[in-house]
Amino acid sequence: MSASRPPSTLAATSAVLAKELRLERRAPQTLTAMALFSATAIVIFHFALGRDEVSGALASGVLWVTLTLAALLGIGRVFVADSEEGGLDGFLLAPVERSALLIAKALSLLIFLIGVGALTSLIFAVLLLGPTPSVTQWGSLAIVIVLADIGIALVGTLVAAIAIQTRTRDLITSILALPLLIPVLIGATRACEPLLSVGGGGLATRWLMMLGLYDLVFGLLAYALFDYLIED
Amino acid sequence: MASTDQAVVCEGLVRRYGERRALDGIDLTLKRGQTLVVFGPNGAGKTTLLRVIATLLRANEGSVSVLGNDLRKNGREARSEIGFLGHSSLCYADLTARENLTYHARLHGIADPDERIERLLIETGLESRGDERVAGYSRGMVQRLAICRAVLHEPELLLLDEPRSNLDPAAIDQVEALIGAASGRSRVIASHDPAGGLEEADLVLGLRAGSPVMLAPAGELTAEQIGELYR
Repeated sequence: MSASRPPSTLAATSAVLAKELRLERRAPQTLTAMALFSATAIVIFHFALGRDEVSGALASGVLWVTLTLAALLGIGRVFVADSEEGGLDGFLLAPVERSALLIAKALSLLIFLIGVGALTSLIFAVLLLGPTPSVTQWGSLAIVIVLADIGIALVGTLVAAIAIQTRTRDLITSILALPLLIPVLIGATRACEPLLSVGGGGLATRWLMMLGLYDLVFGLLAYALFDYLIED
Repeated sequence: MASTDQAVVCEGLVRRYGERRALDGIDLTLKRGQTLVVFGPNGAGKTTLLRVIATLLRANEGSVSVLGNDLRKNGREARSEIGFLGHSSLCYADLTARENLTYHARLHGIADPDERIERLLIETGLESRGDERVAGYSRGMVQRLAICRAVLHEPELLLLDEPRSNLDPAAIDQVEALIGAASGRSRVIASHDPAGGLEEADLVLGLRAGSPVMLAPAGELTAEQIGELYR
């Protein structure tokens, strides 16, 4: 009797991703909260540090503390709309691979993280950053941010899938996500340090490779674990 | 594997929440095209039974098969044939009815779903408000949308948890062709209405604290006997 044929993982991913982006466009909560937090944090750093310009390790630290805490806001909201009216059950009732949800959720979080990363970097460059980065350095910075954001999106989606099934969602998100994100944050800050230094340095290949490896390991781990996390 | 003239087969089904047995040894067979109505007081296990058959919960012991698909092995195949209507609409409040149905149509791989969606919205009287956000709907309208979602992919088996709640008499008539006996589908219905439920049942299951205390053809039972479950 059924008038349907089970869709491919790509088709299901595309359906969930389109729904995620439509929901965010319709009721912009995640991106707005993350962007407002980032902008506010940079302004606070600007006054709290008591100096007009920062560079090198300090600049990298300020940038990644801001981006990490903003990311936590986004991670905390990954499954909120799904839990409110049973949207997650709606997905689980469909004849599709569960990994489609992981890929779509991680992609949508990645899009939000990259958007906030771009905005935060611009505000940071205007308000705090000492050396004005060259076009090449901006490009290198973008590579580091995207690589780090891939790792954050994968870990964030996994953690969010666990947290949404608990009553202490926000607490669980922070407790689980922050320790898991330490390697990616160390890699990102170290990779950014020469790019934000006076005189400017090049890309630190070693740290980029570490970020790439982290993304690969957590990508595989997320793929292997996700079914168990969202199913009963 | 069960033969395909059987819509649902449960054998020794046990489902636990921690130490508590929410379902304790359910054995039943529902033939295609028949309706099983499940009665029992709050917390008896009706919703849990529906969720296990829908593949939303796993059985801890025993087996469940839907239209010949063992849910442990072929859950994905079974889901194509299951329409589930629970206590939540499974729709997003910030999307419109059409957007919600289009999303579910894509998840079920329905080719060219627009015509089907339009027909369902007309049948449930939602067509004029199909482009409004669900957040602005009354509870009855949300229930009608949830019914559209449940039957969107034309499933063979309907799992209905108090399907007529929040619906006025006119709306109940409107959705009859979709989820009532007229739909021609196999159905498992959780109900609190002994007389009404008995009227549309072929088979009756009575649950108390997760245990089956009554399993009989509807013709052999009276509403009074079913009412005893609630005392």
